[in-house]
Amino acid sequence: MARFVLRRVVGMVAVLFAISVFTFLIFNVIPNGDPALRIAGRHPTRGQLETIRSQWGFDKPIYVQYGKTMEKVFTGDLVSYSTQLDVDQEIINDIPRTFCLAIGAAIMWMVLATVLGLYTAVKAGKFSDRFLTVLALIGISMPVFWVGALMNYYLGFKWKIFPNGGYVPLTRDPAQWAYHLILPWTALSLLFIGVYSRILRSNVLDTINDDYVRTARAKGLSERQVMLRHVLRNSLIPIISLWGLDFGAVLGGGAILTETVFDLQGVGQYAAESIGQLDVPPVLAITMFGAFFIVVLNTVVDIIYAALDPRIRLT
Amino acid sequence: MATEPATEFTFEGPVAFEEEAKRERVAGLGPWALALRRLRRNKTALAFGALFLVIAGLCLAAPYWANHVAHSDPYKNHLTDTVTVGGKKKDVVKPNGVPIGPTWRGRFLLGADSNGRDIAVRLLYGGRTSLLIGVGAALSTALLSVVFGVVAGYFRGFTDALVSRSLDLIWSFPVILLGVALGTALALGGLKIGPIEIQGDSKLIPILIIAVVYVPYMARPIRGQVLALREKEFVEAARAQGAGPLRIMFTEILPNLSSTIVVFLPLMIANAILLEAALSFLGAGVRPPNPSWGTMIGDGVEKIVTGPHLAVVPGLMLVLTVLALNVFGDGVRDALDPRAKLHLEH
Amino acid sequence: MADRILEVQDLAVSFRTDEGIVQAVDGVSFQLEAGEVLAIVGESGCGKSVTAMTILGLTRSPNARFEGVIHYKGTELVAATDEELQRIRGAEIAMIFQDPMTSLNPVMKIGDQIMEQIQEHEGIRDAEARDRVIDLLDRVGIPRAQDRVDSYPFEFSGGMRQRVMIAMALSCNPSVLIADEPTTALDVTIQAQIVQRIRELRDETGAAVILVTHDLGVVADIADRITVMYAGRVVEEGTLDDIFYDPQHPYTWGLLGSITRVDRPRPDRLPAIAGLPPSLADRPEGCHFRPRCPHEFSECTKVPPLDPRIPGEPHHRDRCWLSVEEKRELREIGPGEIGLAGEEGAAA
Repeated sequence: MARFVLRRVVGMVAVLFAISVFTFLIFNVIPNGDPALRIAGRHPTRGQLETIRSQWGFDKPIYVQYGKTMEKVFTGDLVSYSTQLDVDQEIINDIPRTFCLAIGAAIMWMVLATVLGLYTAVKAGKFSDRFLTVLALIGISMPVFWVGALMNYYLGFKWKIFPNGGYVPLTRDPAQWAYHLILPWTALSLLFIGVYSRILRSNVLDTINDDYVRTARAKGLSERQVMLRHVLRNSLIPIISLWGLDFGAVLGGGAILTETVFDLQGVGQYAAESIGQLDVPPVLAITMFGAFFIVVLNTVVDIIYAALDPRIRLT
Repeated sequence: MATEPATEFTFEGPVAFEEEAKRERVAGLGPWALALRRLRRNKTALAFGALFLVIAGLCLAAPYWANHVAHSDPYKNHLTDTVTVGGKKKDVVKPNGVPIGPTWRGRFLLGADSNGRDIAVRLLYGGRTSLLIGVGAALSTALLSVVFGVVAGYFRGFTDALVSRSLDLIWSFPVILLGVALGTALALGGLKIGPIEIQGDSKLIPILIIAVVYVPYMARPIRGQVLALREKEFVEAARAQGAGPLRIMFTEILPNLSSTIVVFLPLMIANAILLEAALSFLGAGVRPPNPSWGTMIGDGVEKIVTGPHLAVVPGLMLVLTVLALNVFGDGVRDALDPRAKLHLEH
Repeated sequence: MADRILEVQDLAVSFRTDEGIVQAVDGVSFQLEAGEVLAIVGESGCGKSVTAMTILGLTRSPNARFEGVIHYKGTELVAATDEELQRIRGAEIAMIFQDPMTSLNPVMKIGDQIMEQIQEHEGIRDAEARDRVIDLLDRVGIPRAQDRVDSYPFEFSGGMRQRVMIAMALSCNPSVLIADEPTTALDVTIQAQIVQRIRELRDETGAAVILVTHDLGVVADIADRITVMYAGRVVEEGTLDDIFYDPQHPYTWGLLGSITRVDRPRPDRLPAIAGLPPSLADRPEGCHFRPRCPHEFSECTKVPPLDPRIPGEPHHRDRCWLSVEEKRELREIGPGEIGLAGEEGAAA
């Protein structure tokens, strides 16, 4: 197990490096045009452009540019020229909100997907299964920002059942915090519930016919024990790793749409606003940190998965 | 029995019976014919497939609608116009900025947006853009995935390591973030690869971005399949006959991938359409004033208080299209391999 | 006088499928005495596995229909409630299956899987259960049981896994062990060991064994009595000697004839019974074996009852209209060789 962990961590570091290079390439090399102009945001002055050019090293070779860019990002020296704000600081401020959104949605979708997936598997072929499958398919087909916007409009603005967007920090008022997050959690979960419940249903249907389930019954275990201890547990294992990946993806930037629609002022919304302004430095930083986070989380998930399924430790 | 879709009733009986029943089936139908037969029996999938075609057809007919029914075009704003509905004269856009809702008439069938533009017209033209980008991106993804997947899986070794690591790299980024990053970066100056130059506001940019972002999700399963296929006896036989790698890839490996590709395509198109909508919504995809379902939803959400139809209409169209593709794609997958474990990795 | 602990009477099992009703078991009856080894023999699809699994109610499903009764020590099993079945499964009647790799939960330690069964029926302390598991593994021949108890199934070889299954089955001291093709998925060299182990454990524990197999060779070693099944019916039953030295049904001759013998010259082709077993959704009228039987005659369109036909041998029964004399003559296809006439390569 220790060797497995070591292998994974070493691999992770290599990937993180590659990500930093790739992000750098995306923003500073691949696109056409003057990089300084891109970074400077809207309406820069000649003097600003010159400063940017020297600070970022655009007049120097590529590896120097890379070095300077990374230096700026990691030493907190990255400033958005459009808003004059320190990018890293903004990100740090916004992280708790994004985290609260992501973790709440992740738990919600996992619980609901498990219940839904198991139920539709047990009732496979019957009307309730077909009906819920259709619902799941509709859930997958709806863009999260559209659903969120409509929920916010009807439930928040028009009928005033829920607050009309906005965020209340947990430390200030837990009840309000949850109250404000219920709609965003639901909107974000809908897509994942659809996907995960179907995968779980498929896994359960496969597992139910597996021989070891028959053995479990032959041992005299009750149907409930068979379902929970053997079927569900084995069906969930592959999903755990997917869940980790998706949670990472949501946290790493997938929440961008939900945050924007509900005005939660998280990292995602910061990115969205920067995009709207074509303000590059924040987008660069967020992209990189987002990817970093995902890779780290993937590695953690890999390690947890290996702890759960011993066959994986051989890879 | 072994060929029924997984959602039909599950037969629980000893394995011997499946063997018995299989022996009873008339042999002689090729896998594609069998799949077609299964698909034809799936009325739901066929209905939704037809729905998609209807929607696509409507969008293709956009100019006809614009010119002959609505008497408008996607960019013309009728801010100061009035229209007669049910005998009463109504402002297209009221002085307080509230646009007219659906009139269910030829003009402004689905209402107008805050700029006084005919939503139905924009919807159809926007559909052309969204569908073009969606289908174009999906096909590009398929092409790139097959190329990379086959090359990596067949040659293995260093080539495989290079391709796989690159795919992993792309895959590490959350889909939206990467799309947004690329969209923002390429928005101003466009893309220049050697002699080829693409403008920042060309539709090719979103197509390319979406294609690249989704390649790992399709290339990895394909690579996995190729790894397994290359060990099969018929590949060995071809090699023994003296066939070179290119020939083997085309005549032995590619045909066996075709069912995987066919299963992936509808789902890919659906995801591409959704991603385009998300990117355009954020402003990193199709640029205004060009209509696409994403930009329309974006505008609609922004001005939702003036009229929910602004957001509801394009959104519904989008949902219907994507749903149609998802249900049809599900049916295709069940028809080709009822026990398929190949899912689009999310 | 050994007592009868399991009795199956006129068991019929059918399944509803897309192709129609499949009659898997068509009126099967047999008994099991305490401590004896009963072999149920037949080719794939004859219904022997379904019969075995139905004893424990493992074939129950919305598409299945059952007729007949199964008596076990006073409890009727076909109509038993789920609770009654759960009480009996594992503790009174235990079962091991064909493929030990897929029959064990791949992500659970084998020790835990055995303990689960013990705890379910006896609820003893964990430490005590664990000791018992180690002892069981030892008895079935797993070396270093102390360490292996925390291993996962994939860390064992096929033969070892089957021993684990046997240990698990015997963990609660059942009175009946049903072994469904326990050696089919294993190497030939391991097969003998496993069969040996089953016999030894039967001697030690006194449990009765129902051995389901298509391999008469395996049976010759340990069976006390044999029941031959074909297309859902019992076609012959008797003691080991009855079946091997005085077989009465043409199908049994075919089975015996198709065993390649080491002590005979090698045939040009492997002997096989011509034709295929009938589809269980659509069987021939009368005797099911009729289409493949070279000795069929006019009577065969009527179903032959399973009766003892040899005077003085009430326990040797068969379903063939031929007279005993005719049978003893027709089965000799070569000097001292039993088989089914028309089998390819019967005599070298």
